[in-house]
Amino acid sequence: MRRLALLMLAALAAGPVWAEGIPAAERRSGFDTMSPDIQAMQRDGMANPALLWLADGAELWGRAPAPGRSACAGCHGEAGTTMRGVAAGYPAWDAETAAPIDLAGRIQACRRRHQGAEPYADESRELLGLATYVAAQSAGLPITVPDDPRLGPARAAGKALFTQRMGQLGLSCAACHDDNHGRRLGAALIPQGHPTGYPLYRLEWQGVGSVQRRLRNCMTGMRAEPFAYGAPEFVALERYLMDRAAPLPVETPAVRP
Amino acid sequence: MARTLINVPKTAQAGEVVTIKTLISHPMETGFRPGADGRIRPRDIITEFTCLYDGETVFRAELFPATAANPYLTFTLRATQTGTLTFTWRGDNGFSQTETATLTVT
Repeated sequence: MRRLALLMLAALAAGPVWAEGIPAAERRSGFDTMSPDIQAMQRDGMANPALLWLADGAELWGRAPAPGRSACAGCHGEAGTTMRGVAAGYPAWDAETAAPIDLAGRIQACRRRHQGAEPYADESRELLGLATYVAAQSAGLPITVPDDPRLGPARAAGKALFTQRMGQLGLSCAACHDDNHGRRLGAALIPQGHPTGYPLYRLEWQGVGSVQRRLRNCMTGMRAEPFAYGAPEFVALERYLMDRAAPLPVETPAVRP
Repeated sequence: MARTLINVPKTAQAGEVVTIKTLISHPMETGFRPGADGRIRPRDIITEFTCLYDGETVFRAELFPATAANPYLTFTLRATQTGTLTFTWRGDNGFSQTETATLTVT
């Protein structure tokens, strides 16, 4: 936590950062470099297995967590209208904790504060289902950069983490995804690393996972110790990644190899 | 109950060949993978899928451990008369699920 605060301070001094990264005109979703088969799987309204999670989420949206408690739909109504575009601007500022919060964190916070229910387990089917359902309401809309100065420190901390070398291999996110995207790491093509379709169905996982699961994968691959699910470092990284990806369209529920 | 997604055309003309698509939520645990504790996780797969058209088997598939999780099966059949399509998935640990859909022939 203290290290994060230091990172935030160090990066604050560097000034605004969200116009940096790959130039906007050259930003490409990982979708573009997938094989045509997997592209078709994502596009097909029947073959995309993430739709199973989406259906779970749609059901949970309308179901009260306990008798007498409000369902998500009780406050937010029809997700198709109230949640349209919401995920495109996350992580956002959470006034109650005075910290940035990502979509999964918001769902968990809503459960605790407004539904009087226990938060779901990290990466649980329910949490991923709801996050997929909410994020899918923004499908096709461009990722936006929220104009909230309170997110500045998180953006800066995210950028610092993105460029910081870590782990036994001494790699950083930027070493691959900024400097060497389009080239290969072993057999795999290195994508630009834009979180356009999360939560997404990864064939390697045989299931849906969050962007934090993907980041933990990458960190393990770098032989660094992954941050815990929901760690402020991850939320800061997510904020920077979304700034770096804008204005690519949201693709949730996406499929990736 | 596993979640399923089934796509059957609402209507078809007599004699028309229609495409049926099915997707079911299932882990398809192979029986070859170790779990977090190092022990082999027991096999848990769907072993058989059948589709009946008014009681007659029109499509049947056997599934094996190499099949991916959440199996997606698509096949075609010739629409002859308005009737019920019955989809059944059976598997390890007594797994059995049946869903139905109506195909209207005009």
